[in-house]
Amino acid sequence: MYDIKAIYEAKSVEHAVQLRMEHPEAVIIAGGSDVLIKIREGRLAGCELISIYGLDEMRGIRKEEDGTIRIGSLTSFSHIHADPLIQKHISVLGDAVNMVGGPQIRAIGTIGGNTCNGVTSADSASTLFAYDAVLEITGPEGVRLCPISEFYLGPGKVDLREGELETAVLIRKESYSGYKGCYLKYGMRNAMEIATTGCSVNVKLSQDKKVLKDLRIAYGVAGPVPRRAKVTEDAVRGSEVSPETRARIGELVLEDVNPRDSWRAAKDFRLHLCSTMAMRAFTQAVRKAGGEIDD
Amino acid sequence: MIIGKSIPRIDARDKATGRIRYTDDLCDKGALIAKIKHANVAHAYVKSVDTSEAEKIPGVVKVVTCFDVPDFRFPTAGHPWSTDPEHQDVCDRLLLTKHVRYYGDDVAAVVAEDEVAAARAVDAIKVEYEELPFVLDVQEAMKDGAPLLHEEYPNNVLRHTSMRKGNYEEAIKEPGLIKVEGWYDTPTVQHCHIENFICFASRENEKIVVVTSTQIPHIVRRVVGQALGIPWGQVRVIKPYIGGGFGNKQDVLYEPLCAYLSLQVGGRLVKLDCSREETFRNNRVRHAIRSHIVTYCRKDGTLVARKLECFSNQGAYASHGHAIAAKGAGAFPQLYPCENVEVDAWTVFTNRQVAGAMRSYGMAQADFAVESHSDDICRVIGMDPMEFRRKNLMPKGYVDAFSKNELYADTFNQCLDKGAAYIDYDRKFKEYQNQTGPIRRGIGFAPFWYNTAVWPIALETASCRMIVNQDGSIQVQVGDTEIGQGADTAFSQMAAETIGVPFDMVHILSCQDTDVTPFGTGAYASRQTYVTGFAIRDCAEHLKDRILDIAYRYTRMQPYLMDIQDGNIIRATDGRVLMSLGDLALQALYDTENSVHITMERTAQAKSNAYSFGCCFAEVEVDIPMCRVKLLNIINVHDCGRLINPALAAAQVEGGMSMGIGYALSEKMIYDEKTGKLLNGNLLDYKLSTFMDHPHLEAQFVENPEPTSAYGTKALGEPPVVPVAPAIRAAIRQATGVALNELPMDPHLLFRRFKEEHLI
Repeated sequence: MYDIKAIYEAKSVEHAVQLRMEHPEAVIIAGGSDVLIKIREGRLAGCELISIYGLDEMRGIRKEEDGTIRIGSLTSFSHIHADPLIQKHISVLGDAVNMVGGPQIRAIGTIGGNTCNGVTSADSASTLFAYDAVLEITGPEGVRLCPISEFYLGPGKVDLREGELETAVLIRKESYSGYKGCYLKYGMRNAMEIATTGCSVNVKLSQDKKVLKDLRIAYGVAGPVPRRAKVTEDAVRGSEVSPETRARIGELVLEDVNPRDSWRAAKDFRLHLCSTMAMRAFTQAVRKAGGEIDD
Repeated sequence: MIIGKSIPRIDARDKATGRIRYTDDLCDKGALIAKIKHANVAHAYVKSVDTSEAEKIPGVVKVVTCFDVPDFRFPTAGHPWSTDPEHQDVCDRLLLTKHVRYYGDDVAAVVAEDEVAAARAVDAIKVEYEELPFVLDVQEAMKDGAPLLHEEYPNNVLRHTSMRKGNYEEAIKEPGLIKVEGWYDTPTVQHCHIENFICFASRENEKIVVVTSTQIPHIVRRVVGQALGIPWGQVRVIKPYIGGGFGNKQDVLYEPLCAYLSLQVGGRLVKLDCSREETFRNNRVRHAIRSHIVTYCRKDGTLVARKLECFSNQGAYASHGHAIAAKGAGAFPQLYPCENVEVDAWTVFTNRQVAGAMRSYGMAQADFAVESHSDDICRVIGMDPMEFRRKNLMPKGYVDAFSKNELYADTFNQCLDKGAAYIDYDRKFKEYQNQTGPIRRGIGFAPFWYNTAVWPIALETASCRMIVNQDGSIQVQVGDTEIGQGADTAFSQMAAETIGVPFDMVHILSCQDTDVTPFGTGAYASRQTYVTGFAIRDCAEHLKDRILDIAYRYTRMQPYLMDIQDGNIIRATDGRVLMSLGDLALQALYDTENSVHITMERTAQAKSNAYSFGCCFAEVEVDIPMCRVKLLNIINVHDCGRLINPALAAAQVEGGMSMGIGYALSEKMIYDEKTGKLLNGNLLDYKLSTFMDHPHLEAQFVENPEPTSAYGTKALGEPPVVPVAPAIRAAIRQATGVALNELPMDPHLLFRRFKEEHLI
C-alpha cells in the first residue's frame, strides 16, 4: 500500500501542463519505477502525483525530415532497444538502455523518466550526453529546446520549470551521422544493477580509418551529474588511431572526472575505472567504426 | 522402486500456476496491521517514548512501547528445548527493548487499520535515547573497556570453547618444519529467501493462534508460550507453504510480538509483515567469522601441528549463539586429521545485526578458512594442491571419537576424480600456470565434509503419523517442514516405498498445525531425510505390520506369508494378489463386527549421525584492469548417500551453489562505522548474485549409501554452499597469483589487492 495523497491523470500534453500549473507540488509519474520506490521509502510519502503514462502521443521513435531522431519521452527502454531506427543509427543507445535493471524495469521504465530523475547513474544519460542530445520541453509558453548538457542542475535536480514537462529526446543528424559508439556499464553484478560508473564513447574516423576526426566521451557517476570529458576530447581530436592515443585518453580523462568517495565505491577505484573504461570503450568504438587497434 | 526416481515434486504444479497459498494469501484482508518502531541508534537506553502524536493519527488502534511489555525473557533459536537448564538457549529477548543493542532494535509497535496509518504512526513516535558507545568488530568487542552489550557476559564473550589434542607446543619443536599462517575473514550476509518473514495472530476461544512463515512450528509454539508467559498448549501455530527460509526462519522472529499485539487489541486479527529492509535489518544473518590458522608441516606436506582460533560475530542477541562457531571449530581437526591440534572458538556480542542459523551453519565460513589455508600451504611448500588433499584428507575408515561418525568409503577420492574429470582439471591446471597479460584464467577446487544432523550435541527426534484412507491411500503427517526444499516429495517416496503402495497413493500434509501434526523440531541442519527418515520408516513398517494383521481376517493368510506390493495385499510365497489395500481399508472400516480405522504413529530418536562429503571445482577468467572475476565453469560433486529423488537432489545442489557464488563474489552487509547503521539492507545495494552472474551449474553425485540411515541418505540441504568460495579463491589465485583472504572477492577487494601486488 502506497502513501499517495492524490493522483491526477493527464488526458493530453496540454492537460498535463495545466495540471502542473494547478498542482505545483505534485510529482510527475510515468512508468513509476523511480517514483514508486521513493514513495515506498518514505521520501515522497503522502505526495500528489500527475500521471502522464497514458499519453501515447509522447511514445514512439521517428526520424524527422532533417534527419533528427525523435524519441518520445514515454518510450520504454525495451522499445528503444528493439527499435529499427535506433539500431540503425544510434545502436549504442539501444545497448545502453538494455542494461537498465532487469526485463520488467526495462518494459515499464521510460527514457523521459530516466533523464528527468536527474541522477548521474542513469544508463541512458551518458550516451545522450555523448550524442549531444537535445530535450524537447513543453510548458505553458509552448515548446523550448534544452541541450542535455544544460538540463542537469545538480543531483536529482533538472531544469524543468513551472508547468513544464519533457516531451521528447532529440538527436540531431550531425550528432550521430558517421559516428560509432560503445557504452560500458560497470556494476557489481550483471543484472539488476545501477552503474558504479558508466562510460559512453563515440568516434568518427577519417576515410582511411587512421585518424580520429572526432571523439566524444561521456560519463555517468563520475561527478554529481553526467558529464563530458571535454579536456580529453579537445586534446586527442585529430590524433592517429593508435594504442598511444588510447593511453593518452586513459590519462587525460582523470582531469575530466570527479567521482565521489562512498561506501558504494571508493574514489580511487572509481578513478581507475574511469580511465580503464574510457580506453576499453574507445577500442570498441574504433573497431565498430572500421578502424584497427591492438589490445 | 519409488526411491531413486526423479518424480516431479508434489507441489510443483500448484506453485507454478500460483494456486499455492502462502501466509499472506491466507490472511483475512480485514486484518489490523502491525508495524515496529526501530531504533535509529546502535547502542542506547531508551529514556522515554512519546506516543501522543502517533495515537492521534486516524486509523491507529494501539501503540505499545518497550515500557509496556511483560518481563518474560525468552530465547529465539530454533533448537530443541533442553530440560537441563545448563543446556538451554540463552534467554536474552523481550518483546520490545529499553536497551537498544543494534541500529534498528525494536522499541515500540503500532497496530492500525491499514499500512499507511501504521507507517505514519511509526514515524510520529518520538523516542528519547541515552546514547552509548557501540562496537561492530568482533575482536574490538572482546577488549577490556569495549562497550558491553549484556551485563552477564564480560568482554561480550557469549562463549569460548577449546579443544586440545596431542601436544602442539612440543610438536612444533621438530627441526625443519615449515610454518604457514593466515587470517581469513568472512562477511555478514543474509539469506534473501523470496518470501519475507510474515505472520498473523488472533485469539480463538482461550487460545492464541499464530499463522507464520516458519521452518519450526512446534518450537514457535513453545517460544510464544515462554514470551507471553502462558501455557504452551494455549498456543496454536500453523505453518503454510513457505517461500524459502535457509535458516532465517529457523529462529522465532516476530511471532511472539504479533501474538502479544493481537492480545492487546482484544484478540483481533493482527498481521505483521516484514519488509525486505526489515528482513535484512531485523531478522537473522550469517555469522561473520574471522579465523586464524597456523600449520606446521614437513616438506612433503605431512601435517605435524595445527592451530585454529576463530572469532564469531554474534551481533546483538544470542539467537543460535556459539553453536555456529563450534560446528566449524569441531570440523577443523577432522577434515585433515593431525596428531597435535589446538582449537579455540569465541562467540562475541557486537552491535550488529543478530546472527542466527544460515544454510551450512558455520561450515561455509570454516571451509573458506581451512581450504584457503590448504592452498596457502601448497604455495609455501611448493606442493600440488590435489596431491596435498589426497595425502591429508580424512581417510576411509576414519572414526570420530565423540560422535562415532565414520567414513565408510573412499569418498573423497571418488568425488575429486569425478569433479576433475568433468571440468578437465589436470589439463587446464597445467595450461593456466604462469600466465601474463590483462585477462587470465585459473582453475581451483575445494573439498568439504558436513555433519548431517546434530546428535550427539542435541536431541534428534521426529515423529510420523500415518492414516489409511477408505480407498487405501495413505495420509502422512510429520512435524518436520517443507520449506521449498522438496522434503514432502522425498518423504512421500519413502513412505510409498516402505509400505508398498504407488507414489500417488501417498498424501502428505504439507502444512503443519501444532494442534494437528505430530511433534517435530522442524526443517534445519541437513537432517530431514536422515532423522525424519527414521520416523517415516519406523511408522511405515509398523503400519504395514498392522495392515497385514488386519488383512489376516479377510484373507485367512498368516501375516508373515503376506506382503504389500503396488497397493495390493499379496501372498508373498507365490505373489498372488489377495485383495487391494483399498478393499481392505473399506472392509475394515465398515466391518459391522469389528470396525477398524487403520492408523499408526511413531516417534523416532536418532542416536547416530552421518558424514556427508564432496567438493567444488571452479574455473574463472580474471579481467585484471577491470578488477572482475567471471565464473566460466563450476561443478559440485556430492556424496550424500543414496539419492531419494535425483532431480530434486540436483536442484538442491544448484541452489546451494548459487548461494555459494554470491558468498564468494558479491554479497556483504556494509555498516556505517560512524553510526553502526546497516547501509545496504535492500536488494539493490546488497549484491545478491543473479542468474546472469552464473554459468551452468553442474551437480553430480557419488552414491555411497550411508549404513546408519533408514534410507541410506545423509546431508544434502546445506553442504552445496560450503566449498564454492574456497574453490573460486583457488582459481583466482591460480590466474593471478594473488591470495584473497576475505570474502566477498568483489571488485573492491580485487582493486585493493591488485594494487598491493602491483598488477594494476
